[in-house]
Amino acid sequence: MTKVGNRIPLVDAPLKVAGTATYAGDIARSGMLAGKIVRSPEAHARILSIDVWEAASEPGVAAILTGDRYPVPFGVLPITHDETMLAVRKVRYRGEGVVAIAATSIEAAERAARKVRVEYERLPEYDDPEVSAGPVTEKIHERAVGNTNLQKEVQQSFGPVDEAFRDAAHIVTVRGRFAGVTHAALEPHAVVADFASDGRLTVWSSTQVPHYLHLALSEVLGIPEHRVRVVKPTVGGGFGGKGDPFPHELVAAALSIEAQRPVRIVLGREEVFYLNHGRHPTRNTVRIAADAEGQLRGLDVDALIDGGAASSFGTVTTYYNGVLSVGPYHIPAFRYRGRRAYTNKPPSGAMRAHGSVNTRYSIEVGMDMLAEELHVDPTELRLRNFLPPDTTTLNGFRITSNSVARCLGAARARSEWTSKFRALPLGEGIGVACGFFISGSNSPIHFTPKFPQSTVHLKIDVDGGVTVHSGAADIGQGSDTVLAQIVADVLGVGIDRVRVAAVDTDTAPVDLGSYSSRVTFMMGNAARRAAEAMLAQLRNAAAQITGQPAEKFVAAEDRLSLPDHPEVAVAYLDAVHAAMEHTGALQSSGSYESPRIGGDFKGARAGTSPSYSFAAYVAQVKVDTDLGRIRVKNVWAAFDCGRPINPLLVEGQIEGSIHMGLGQLLGEEMHYRGTRLMNPSLLEYRTISPEDMPEVECLLVGDADPEGPFGAKEAGEGPLPPVLPAVANAVYDAIGIRFLDLPLTPDKVWRAIEARRKEGGLVKPPRPEDHDR
Amino acid sequence: MKLRVNGLEYEVHPPPERLLVDLLREDLHLTGTKRGCEDGSCGACTVLVDREPRHACLTLAHMVEGRDVTTIEGASSSFGLSSLQRALIENGGLQCGFCAPGMVLAVEACLLRGKPTREEIREAIAGNYCRCTGYAKIVDAAEKVVRERWGP
Ligand code: FES
Ligand code: FES
Repeated sequence: MTKVGNRIPLVDAPLKVAGTATYAGDIARSGMLAGKIVRSPEAHARILSIDVWEAASEPGVAAILTGDRYPVPFGVLPITHDETMLAVRKVRYRGEGVVAIAATSIEAAERAARKVRVEYERLPEYDDPEVSAGPVTEKIHERAVGNTNLQKEVQQSFGPVDEAFRDAAHIVTVRGRFAGVTHAALEPHAVVADFASDGRLTVWSSTQVPHYLHLALSEVLGIPEHRVRVVKPTVGGGFGGKGDPFPHELVAAALSIEAQRPVRIVLGREEVFYLNHGRHPTRNTVRIAADAEGQLRGLDVDALIDGGAASSFGTVTTYYNGVLSVGPYHIPAFRYRGRRAYTNKPPSGAMRAHGSVNTRYSIEVGMDMLAEELHVDPTELRLRNFLPPDTTTLNGFRITSNSVARCLGAARARSEWTSKFRALPLGEGIGVACGFFISGSNSPIHFTPKFPQSTVHLKIDVDGGVTVHSGAADIGQGSDTVLAQIVADVLGVGIDRVRVAAVDTDTAPVDLGSYSSRVTFMMGNAARRAAEAMLAQLRNAAAQITGQPAEKFVAAEDRLSLPDHPEVAVAYLDAVHAAMEHTGALQSSGSYESPRIGGDFKGARAGTSPSYSFAAYVAQVKVDTDLGRIRVKNVWAAFDCGRPINPLLVEGQIEGSIHMGLGQLLGEEMHYRGTRLMNPSLLEYRTISPEDMPEVECLLVGDADPEGPFGAKEAGEGPLPPVLPAVANAVYDAIGIRFLDLPLTPDKVWRAIEARRKEGGLVKPPRPEDHDR
Repeated sequence: MKLRVNGLEYEVHPPPERLLVDLLREDLHLTGTKRGCEDGSCGACTVLVDREPRHACLTLAHMVEGRDVTTIEGASSSFGLSSLQRALIENGGLQCGFCAPGMVLAVEACLLRGKPTREEIREAIAGNYCRCTGYAKIVDAAEKVVRERWGP
């Protein structure tokens, strides 16, 4: 009867599948206006003048706004506020908002938008992070480092790095290049804002971070927080792309204040591409040192990431590109230099498996190269180097549960690795890669005032329904379902008794939102505690009714009973009614605060988490050597998310991650010519089609985590990174060519194959055991 | 002009440039039909016009004059959700759900044409973008319905 651990369908799926779930763009308010943002056609320019006179006289126009009205900078991280709702005095990327219009219909707003005249004076454009890293003539933001356009620089060193490389028997070097990719959630961002006559502002938005949006609205608009209300309706996918407070959300609110009417803004797909905040275009160099036995001695990572025109999560991204390489292998010496440069492109930000994908790619390809140098099987090399459970990394990450070795064993067995590795015909191959990821960041982004990372409130009234108030944002991943499962499980009631209220900052306790894979772990623990506190009240009531000791009662199947004397039982509803006789509706609260972890050095908290997921993937491919097309046939995805609360949803996360990871590997690219984005549409931004998806076998391997709710860890992001290098290593097994420049489009693959043919032939790489002959 | 939507007759007077997706969402308040792009590339706006799948974002409202339009609101009946909708729920064939309305109608149209193979199901949804699921569980759900309806 337990709900936790079972394949429970999403609690909101019956609404979604019938088209009746309400997304932000579906919301209509009486008197609502349509908002439209006029965007910059220039990538870097001073604004000389803005003429809205003609636009304002268009019929139906109710309000027009320019950047000087609300110039207060904002951003998701409190230390790097460098975005404004509309450009102030200069534009920093093509697509940045300059003027906003509210009108009686979207057509009227668009007509007016075409009449806005803006005069620009062009400034030098920066499209290359390498150039931005040096001395520049025009700083994109004043806050950039010195006379450069660097946003952030990180240097870290742990252990004897120089000695490790000096004494190493083997050193491999991988230089990776990665195009930027974007979330491309199906639902375009949408927001409705209503500044009502009582002086209160309500904003419905497709956001992953209602709380941060709440703060930004208050700061930028100058409305006290208690008069700002953010509601998160059903959200049509996020993946990090709805994880910042965004200009259009603030614009809608500002327009509503100006017009004294509700305003709706729904972004077009092209605007979503220009909003971006996706994965950074990246250049990295990874050096791995190992001894003659294949024991890793040192790791040296250098990453230069292209942040585009704003900071967003970028300071965290800069750290993550380095620190998330200290697992799943034991690394005795580690050095990192990370730099994030401003350029005049749409901002980069956090995207699924934030900051870890590109470094992971280079490391896992490097591990494959190292195995080849050592003449050992790459799965064997990994097994020799895994971190054990219950250990601390050299930079202070506390590792608790860790089943990565079992993951690798499972993926190896299911894929029949030993009979296939280096043994398939030319053009077919198999490859392996591993990974790990945080279950939430140990240090919250906002630390003043202090509050728990997640809090859940429960309420039960005479109807016996359990209302759950939580600020955790379900964006499609199913956190409302996880909440309902946990609460129903602890209270021993059917899941249909539990109703998860929509996130509403007026009623839900603060939760930091859905990012860094924190929700199941942190909200889950809070929910469990809240439900246990509620159960205590029901047990007391049962004790009063029966005269038996309260702590002996167990709750299951809508009743509280004594395990040894099942005939002594109180129906759930009777217990509720007895408990509330003198207090009215029952309430309870539970919260989660992560333990203090990490060293004392600068940046020590980056990457610390109460727990980590682990993964080992094997992929099998077939390369069409005439056309250069890589066909991924199978992925065996072994994943350690502790004890899964809902395997159906975990599989969904793995399969979706594989879709997204393969997209980045094989075709997705924010394609720029200079600063100009060439493919801002779903037609030209190539995601993996249903026909090109491989068969995916999810292998959920893992022990219960000691601190996770019911032993669970994250499953939303960790499933992504290993699939890229697993496929790349399989391609190497198939045709003996390493690809270090993503995406691996057919033309690129075909050219490499042709070059290899001319050099003397396309052959499979030798088996480890054949090297010595 | 007159048209039928989900079996009900409507009389509407859209301006000539009004798209079917806006007619449905804004004028008829049928917001189940979604909009994920504006160029026919995502399938979120899929509706059936005389039982054939159409992109409502590429169809002018006046083109459906006198026609029979089925939107997601018409996919379930007074008996409740369709077997396909139930299979999608149970199999995890949707997450954020934004693709679900278009997906349901694209697959229903495919099922209307007779028993499809797994390949034909994949082809039927090839124009329906889903960022969440990786598609496998959608195809599994459709196959389950095929088995129920036509046997293994
Ligand atoms: S909205 Fe019609 S195909 Fe995307
Ligand atoms: S479920 Fe999110 S797009 Fe398909």
